[in-house]
Amino acid sequence: MTAWDYDLIIVGGGPAGLTAGLYAGRARLKTLLLEKLIHGGQVMTTDLVENYPGFPEGISGFELSDRMRRQAERFGLEFQNATVQGLKVGPPHELTLEDRELTAGALIIASGARYRRLGVPGEDELTGKGVSFCATCDGALYRDQEIAVVGGGDTALTDALFLTRFAAKIHLLHRRDAFRGAKILQERILAQEKVQIHWDTVVTAIQGTQAVEAVQLQNVKTGELASLPVTGVFIFVGVTPNTDWLQGRVPVDDGGFVFTDDHMATAIPGIFAAGDVRHKLLRQISTAVGDGATAAFAAENYLTGNH
Amino acid sequence: MAEPLQVSDADFEQEILKADLPAMVDFWAAWCGPCRAIAPVVEELARDYQGKVKVAKMNVDENAKTPAKYGIRAIPTLIIFKGGQVVEQITGAVSRNIIESALKKAL
Repeated sequence: MTAWDYDLIIVGGGPAGLTAGLYAGRARLKTLLLEKLIHGGQVMTTDLVENYPGFPEGISGFELSDRMRRQAERFGLEFQNATVQGLKVGPPHELTLEDRELTAGALIIASGARYRRLGVPGEDELTGKGVSFCATCDGALYRDQEIAVVGGGDTALTDALFLTRFAAKIHLLHRRDAFRGAKILQERILAQEKVQIHWDTVVTAIQGTQAVEAVQLQNVKTGELASLPVTGVFIFVGVTPNTDWLQGRVPVDDGGFVFTDDHMATAIPGIFAAGDVRHKLLRQISTAVGDGATAAFAAENYLTGNH
Repeated sequence: MAEPLQVSDADFEQEILKADLPAMVDFWAAWCGPCRAIAPVVEELARDYQGKVKVAKMNVDENAKTPAKYGIRAIPTLIIFKGGQVVEQITGAVSRNIIESALKKAL
């Protein structure tokens, strides 16, 4: 006899949530995973995942997340499309969806992160009209064109390399004088003739009427201003967590990422967090998967009183 | 026409703009994960709306003219045409409900 709809509800269907679902299913917890859009999260937009062990030739982000979902479902994970709008701390913890409420004995926050925006004029207005946050989605539409990529981390470098398949020329705009991305990606970028690197350069505005026509640049060291005519701007400048729905009820850091201990427990008993949404050092599929397994195990212990 | 029809720049006018039925075209590419994610929904709708809506797919990697003509800069993009005119346009991976309500509006 339980006093809630589900033993465990997982919010978010990326690698962290799907792994938590796999472990919870095998623990025979009555588990529901809620995902607002499509399973996979940010992984879905990755052409080739090269740093997840077990796939020596790499695997597409779609294929990897599809496999994770099928594996979790095989062990009884229930999956629903829904957007969580609010949280009432219990126990039982209550989630507010668009059309109903759901209660759970334990909760795993795996709602991930989304690409950060630059916050410059023109960015919002021209999103989908030349401003893109997904190279694998939109790259093919920029065949033989001159485009810009903003950022200097793994995602920016990986996606700039992907875009060399299509674009005639890529301007890689980075605000520092060195990249943060993996050394192997830096080596590949430097070897690419199509890629011109603009160091110490920030975007101050994106211009265009119907579609992107140019970006305004500023050199942060010299202050020099420039205008660069491009038809597309791909922005990869880090991530911001999807934690608005927590409404401040779970402690987060200054950037909105959820604080947890080594057991993925938040400050609220029975509420755990896993994956990119956590305050952590490295946001990768491989670390999300570990978080998800730990969170599910810790939630099981919590529910059975072994904590 | 249970399966979505594959259309190209060459036959787009004949198959879509001059179609007797309202038509929904899914602009996609093989690299695009979100496109692959909504593909099953598009296939479902092709079956469920058989005889009411002509459902088609265009690969933007192989066809440049039509996406350019409709100003498509992001995929997945779904466009619903009626009598050769654009009546609805949805960009990004969205749930079946959103696509279906756009379809119903166009019918």
